[in-house]
Amino acid sequence: MAGNVFAEGVSAGRLDSEELLRNFGDLHPPLDDHEALVAADRCYFCHDAPCMEACPTSIDIPLFIRQIATGTPDAAAKTIFNQNILGGMCARVCPTEQLCEEVCVREVAEHKPVEIGRLQRYATDGLMAKGQHPFTRGEPTGKRIAVVGAGPAGLSCAHRLAMKGHDVVLYDARPKAGGLNEYGIAAYKTVEGFAQAEVDWLLKIGGITVENEKALGRDITLDGLKSDYDAVFLGLGLGGVNALGLDGEDREGMAPATDFIAELRQAPDLGALPVGRDVVVIGGGMTAIDAAVQSKLLGALNVTLVYRRGRDRMNASVFEQDLAASKGVRIITNASPVAVHGNGAVREVEFEYTDNDLKPTGQRFRVPADQVFKAIGQTLTGEGLPEIQDRKIKVSETGRTSLDGVWAGGDCASGGDDLTVTAVAEGRDAAEDIHAALMG
Amino acid sequence: MADLTTEFLGIKSPNPFWLASAPPTDKEYNVRRAFEAGWGGVVWKTLGEDPPVVNVNGPRYGAIWGADRRLLGLNNIELITDRSLQTNLEEITRVKKDYPDRAVIVSLMVPCEEQAWKTILPLVEATGADGVELNFGCPHGMSERGMGSAVGQVPEYIEMVTRWVKENSSLPCIVKLTPNITDIRKPAAAAKRGGADAVSLINTINSITSVNLDLFAPEPTIDGKGAHGGYCGPAVKPIALNMVAEIARDPELQGLPISGIGGVTTWKDAAEFIALGCGNVQVCTAAMTYGFKVVQEMISGLSDYLDDKGFASVEEFVGRAVPNVSDWQHLNLNYIAKARIDQDLCISCGRCFAACEDTSHQAIAMKPGRVFEVKDDECVACNLCVNVCPVEDCITMVQLEPGQVDERTGKVVQPEYANWTTHPNNPGAVKAAE
Ligand SMILES: Cc1cc2nc3c(=O)[nH]c(=O)nc-3n(C[C@H](O)[C@H](O)[C@H](O)COP(=O)(O)OP(=O)(O)OC[C@H]3O[C@@H](n4cnc5c(N)ncnc54)[C@H](O)[C@@H]3O)c2cc1C
Ligand SMILES: Cc1cc2nc3c(=O)[nH]c(=O)nc-3n(C[C@H](O)[C@H](O)[C@H](O)COP(=O)(O)O)c2cc1C
Ligand code: SF4
Repeated sequence: MAGNVFAEGVSAGRLDSEELLRNFGDLHPPLDDHEALVAADRCYFCHDAPCMEACPTSIDIPLFIRQIATGTPDAAAKTIFNQNILGGMCARVCPTEQLCEEVCVREVAEHKPVEIGRLQRYATDGLMAKGQHPFTRGEPTGKRIAVVGAGPAGLSCAHRLAMKGHDVVLYDARPKAGGLNEYGIAAYKTVEGFAQAEVDWLLKIGGITVENEKALGRDITLDGLKSDYDAVFLGLGLGGVNALGLDGEDREGMAPATDFIAELRQAPDLGALPVGRDVVVIGGGMTAIDAAVQSKLLGALNVTLVYRRGRDRMNASVFEQDLAASKGVRIITNASPVAVHGNGAVREVEFEYTDNDLKPTGQRFRVPADQVFKAIGQTLTGEGLPEIQDRKIKVSETGRTSLDGVWAGGDCASGGDDLTVTAVAEGRDAAEDIHAALMG
Repeated sequence: MADLTTEFLGIKSPNPFWLASAPPTDKEYNVRRAFEAGWGGVVWKTLGEDPPVVNVNGPRYGAIWGADRRLLGLNNIELITDRSLQTNLEEITRVKKDYPDRAVIVSLMVPCEEQAWKTILPLVEATGADGVELNFGCPHGMSERGMGSAVGQVPEYIEMVTRWVKENSSLPCIVKLTPNITDIRKPAAAAKRGGADAVSLINTINSITSVNLDLFAPEPTIDGKGAHGGYCGPAVKPIALNMVAEIARDPELQGLPISGIGGVTTWKDAAEFIALGCGNVQVCTAAMTYGFKVVQEMISGLSDYLDDKGFASVEEFVGRAVPNVSDWQHLNLNYIAKARIDQDLCISCGRCFAACEDTSHQAIAMKPGRVFEVKDDECVACNLCVNVCPVEDCITMVQLEPGQVDERTGKVVQPEYANWTTHPNNPGAVKAAE
């Protein structure tokens, strides 16, 4: 143990570099060839397989696993990429325990599903490592499409459009493409710069021009895009964060969890990234878990995650909760924050126990904190967007918005879970619809 | 724990598990360790004339594996012993002297001339060995020199050589048969005519295990070429069982003792050979895969089985299954069954549906919620769904009782036995007298 794990306040270098390297290594190490064969052999090749239906991108899972089993993992990769061009990232970040693997007949029968996610990674990693891009562009159509937001939704949409022969300009406000793949996903799920490598690989299709640091509403306008392009796709994600609505919310040491995570993902040296000794995370979703776990892995001594409802209502899957617990995160449920105490910087957060209907019980407690991460949800931001429904852009099945010639998908659009794989599916489907609309 | 002592041709061994003539029995060092591990007997690696043969110096084995590298089939291009006759004879003598309670059989292969047999047999007798096994089975290398399966494929030669052996030696003589023929009963009958005391089968099956798709050559590959080899191990058991049964139920061969060989890997495999009429079994690939220790599982398993069944000895169930091996034409056509899916065990994979719908009789319905049910009016009881279902006992075949209606045909199930020979659709049916 390095000497300064006990240092009070927010400070860097709590752990030595070796420990950090270990902590931020691959969460699920890749399967080797033999392990993949054995894992693939467990698949029953179900008729009309439930896993396939559970996958938002409808990957033909039994087929790709059989292709692995017969020694043709590259063919398996193509089966995957056909449906999901970010199959590599999805293999790493999908909550498979709530998707394909949850309904695997072997999960139902023996609580040991076929390891679909890891097999998917095995196949996609293999093909990507060869630097091969499995698709070629169709004949040029002469159509130009603007895609705003280079997250999973925008990338997937852009790729499908380029494949169809359209020219795509991909705008993003951030300096790097990838969206939350680059700035949000937990570091141990996508190690060794995978997000950027995947973007580079995806762009090999050709026909996509990336314009970074071009923000809609600042550098470009929707009206401008509408008149300059044949169609527009919005994959803006959710840029804003919900506030707690408490006094002292802006004390030093208080920050949105997403900011902390983005900083961590971009940090060239994790040892130089400061973290509190006593960290409190407020929220119950994937973002809260990721912030809590990564604080702990950075060397925070005490990390407490506090959620206002019961465990069963947490958005984070049981797997994610268990992961947090196994890393030493303390999870407190049925407690809402009522005050932030401190003299300048935050020192303590005060909570009140609440029942399942969020009714306060009058019982309060304080948790020491020198850093507090808020993870109680992200929101869509921006003006002049198409019609909004339930705080998101209202879209049809195929991503059409209230504005002619404007499609949307991913987290910013209504319908579907806020997941990478859902964003990929929506981007892809919108691209198909744009193509159909433009080509008549 | 049941007593597994067996007597085969008057040769006693503490259990019916012998090591077949092959690398495990190639030399004194191995055989001593095999006996220490518990094997009941050995058939020594086939001896030949001096100078000894030479083996290839490249790979001599190929294999077929399951997904987790479980070895399912082994192929080899090894020849008979490549050590001098004298060395082998001395070793056999020493081993038999130290292990008088174990069976030691000497496998032999010399040219098809009486003098060759006259020369070698007294040398073998002098070792104190319990018997000889004539290797008429080796399908590669030796057969090209007019020995091994080249003899085993010509019943007249089998008879002739067997007779020479019986005339020139008092040792019990086992004739080892090659499966690389069309009717196993012919060589077995020839052996019997020649005076063989028993047959053993099967030797290995001609095979090419795989083709290297870069070199375009059979594997294992030696300097760019490959030769067919002999196949053995778990994959060959069904073939061996059938051949054993053919001999066991042939009226002419009745009573000819059989030593069962081919894919014996567990106690259960051995018990199946025994039930089909084998007095003992020989094992090669299982030992080559897992080492000599496997015999311990075979011993405990067979012994538990005897205890379970209340058999006092192995002898008691030798051949018990033989009367139930029938020809197709004698199977009861009035026996009618239907597939039944146990909904509690069903995991809804739908494999039975895909199999039956695409390739059988469209007799399984897929209902909402992935519920699979058998349509009795279509099911012909082919058993395919049972075979493809990943869950043991989830789908079973249930017999319809006489008096019940078979919904597929609309006919009432008849209680009496009736087979093809009397069926109205059979042009050659034996008509009952008017
Ligand atoms: C911390 C965290 C962890 C997560 N972990 C997982 C996980 O493990 N598994 C999983 O499936 N999902 C996870 N998610 C959810 C997942 O990341 C999102 O559902 C997914 O990234 C949505 O993709 P998107 O393309 O819609 O949006 P984003 O990935 O958010 O991408 C939107 C892009 O649009 C750009 N943009 C925004 N506004 C503008 C503008 N005005 N002009 C130009 N560009 C703009 C942004 O810079 C960004 O690049 C996680 C989310 C978070 C926050
Ligand atoms: C490498 C190898 C060498 C063999 N050599 C001989 C031999 O010299 N003489 C013989 O009669 N059978 C030989 N056999 C055949 C075995 O004795 C046995 O009949 C065959 O392998 C089937 O049994 P199994 O399935 O238990 O292996 C050999 C088999 C193998 C694998
Ligand atoms: S036994 Fe054959 S016919 Fe009957 S349900 Fe099963 S597969 Fe279909």
